[in-house]
Amino acid sequence: MDARAGYTFLLPWLLGFIALTVGPMISSLYLSFTNYNLFDPPKWIGLDNYTTLFQDERFLQSVGVTVGYVVFGTPLKLAAALAVAMLLNSKRRGQGFYRSAFYAPSLIGASVSIAIVWKAMFGDSGPVDQGLSFFGINLGGWVGNPSMTMPMFILLTVWQFGAPMVIFLAGLKQIPNDLYEAASMDGAGPVRKFFNITWPMLSPVIFFNLLMETIHAFQIFASAYIISNGEGGPAGSTLFYTLYLYLRGFSDFRMGYASAMAWLLVIVVGIITLIFFRTSKSWVHYSGDAK
Amino acid sequence: MTTMATPTQSTPDAQVPHYNPKSESAAAKRAKSTIFHVVALALTAVVLYPGLWMIASSFKPNAEIGGANTSLWSNNFSFDNFVTAMEGIGGVSTLQFFTNSLILAIGAVVGTILSASVSAYAFARIKFPGRSIFFGMMIATLLLPFHVVIIPQYIVFQQLGLVDTYVPLLIGKFLAADAFFVFLMVQFMRNLPGELDEAARIDGAGHVRIFTSIMLPLMKPALISTSIFSFIWSWNDFLGPLLYLNTPDKYPLPLALRLFVDQTQSSDYGAMIAMSVLALLPVLIFFLVFQRYIVEGVSTQGLKG
Repeated sequence: MDARAGYTFLLPWLLGFIALTVGPMISSLYLSFTNYNLFDPPKWIGLDNYTTLFQDERFLQSVGVTVGYVVFGTPLKLAAALAVAMLLNSKRRGQGFYRSAFYAPSLIGASVSIAIVWKAMFGDSGPVDQGLSFFGINLGGWVGNPSMTMPMFILLTVWQFGAPMVIFLAGLKQIPNDLYEAASMDGAGPVRKFFNITWPMLSPVIFFNLLMETIHAFQIFASAYIISNGEGGPAGSTLFYTLYLYLRGFSDFRMGYASAMAWLLVIVVGIITLIFFRTSKSWVHYSGDAK
Repeated sequence: MTTMATPTQSTPDAQVPHYNPKSESAAAKRAKSTIFHVVALALTAVVLYPGLWMIASSFKPNAEIGGANTSLWSNNFSFDNFVTAMEGIGGVSTLQFFTNSLILAIGAVVGTILSASVSAYAFARIKFPGRSIFFGMMIATLLLPFHVVIIPQYIVFQQLGLVDTYVPLLIGKFLAADAFFVFLMVQFMRNLPGELDEAARIDGAGHVRIFTSIMLPLMKPALISTSIFSFIWSWNDFLGPLLYLNTPDKYPLPLALRLFVDQTQSSDYGAMIAMSVLALLPVLIFFLVFQRYIVEGVSTQGLKG
């Protein structure tokens, strides 16, 4: 035990943890029970912010938009990531090139530049619209069509399948080849091999990706802000949770209200994490207990 | 980095002559390989299309970007959009936005390297009471939606008169607030042999000596990954600057782009896309140069893009 040295070295993180995480968390919890506009002192209003939230149609809409995005976008992205990782998991030439090419979007996908490009590509007579009308599908611009904005955002996240794919690929390479050979000798086809070998052996990696991607998906901001000009339109169809939180807190200066939203997000993400960990016992196999 | 996940490539079939239920003819193998490359190349085309479209559009006159012209090629390629984009917006030149982005990104790299390595050393190499509790809390912050802290942080920085300065954007970097990097370095250090510090301690070296002359040089791969990712994250960050910066001559590129979008709307698409390309250029160069480090960093540490 070396308490003095330990805390001395830990100091930067510890200071940051207290001043930038724990302190602000406590204050935002307090603020969530108040009316606060940054200029007048906070006024205690009890649970009013929370009860108002559930009568606020825009809030409910932002929940709907975000949940839709998480529920459809994340599994699709992970399915694409796993499928491509399995395709690439071979000793063929060019694997490194494909891996890098597929990874690239993950590095830039959340940037303002890509949001601008996405908006242009899915806008009226943009290349997506043009390409689809070539096949006789005339949807017009997706950006201005409330029922097409969600597919557009889902495509944006699926396009960034590279990061989880690279993680899947590393996991796939850890699965001993003997398992597949033995299964082949027993006459197992590719489907059985997938469900009886790949899936259980990869389950810790699947779990990690699912957890991280889900939590990240809740926090999408820059793309939503840029594509909708910071308004969440058309018809509120891109009013993502964090965008609404930002608008409430920093445009309307209803900081108590925005704090309540932030805490609700923390609670929801916490519950989801807990559910993931609880249910993981039934489907995630760590190599220790597999043997 | 490579210590964690060394791909266990199976030995080539030729070396181990054993029963292979799927021994195929050379022709079948070639056919399979062709199919693989056709599928993979088609996928590459789809994945890279937005990037190619973006680059092609940045060289096209406005009239050709939308409209009936879907081909990437144009007979009217020119640098006009880039000339317009470099002029900047709101009376500030694009070079200034670049400089601002660069200051923020370098500040982020320096701060993160200094604070995360020191803190990680404490977690990985020093035994002290409370270590495992703090470690658990550090992991928990990885999962915490940071929106829960931005409002009180903003209030404090506002009261300190630090809004519209770079302090709120950089202070967290110097206090190891990006827990991912601390975690990455802890994992890396735990894989270094413990005999190293024991031997040094017997020779009378203290923690400062062990950290600076043994750990830091060995941690080079982790420090490189951290630098690359903290640079790129800072370069692409939008919410932080959006909250704290008000005057355009302090804007980094993502905010300048937003200003561009607001002010020109769809009137000068070409210049807007040219500026988007310029803003991504450093990230793309980084990616091409450090590709191996970046992809390895993701595959072994679960870093996000």
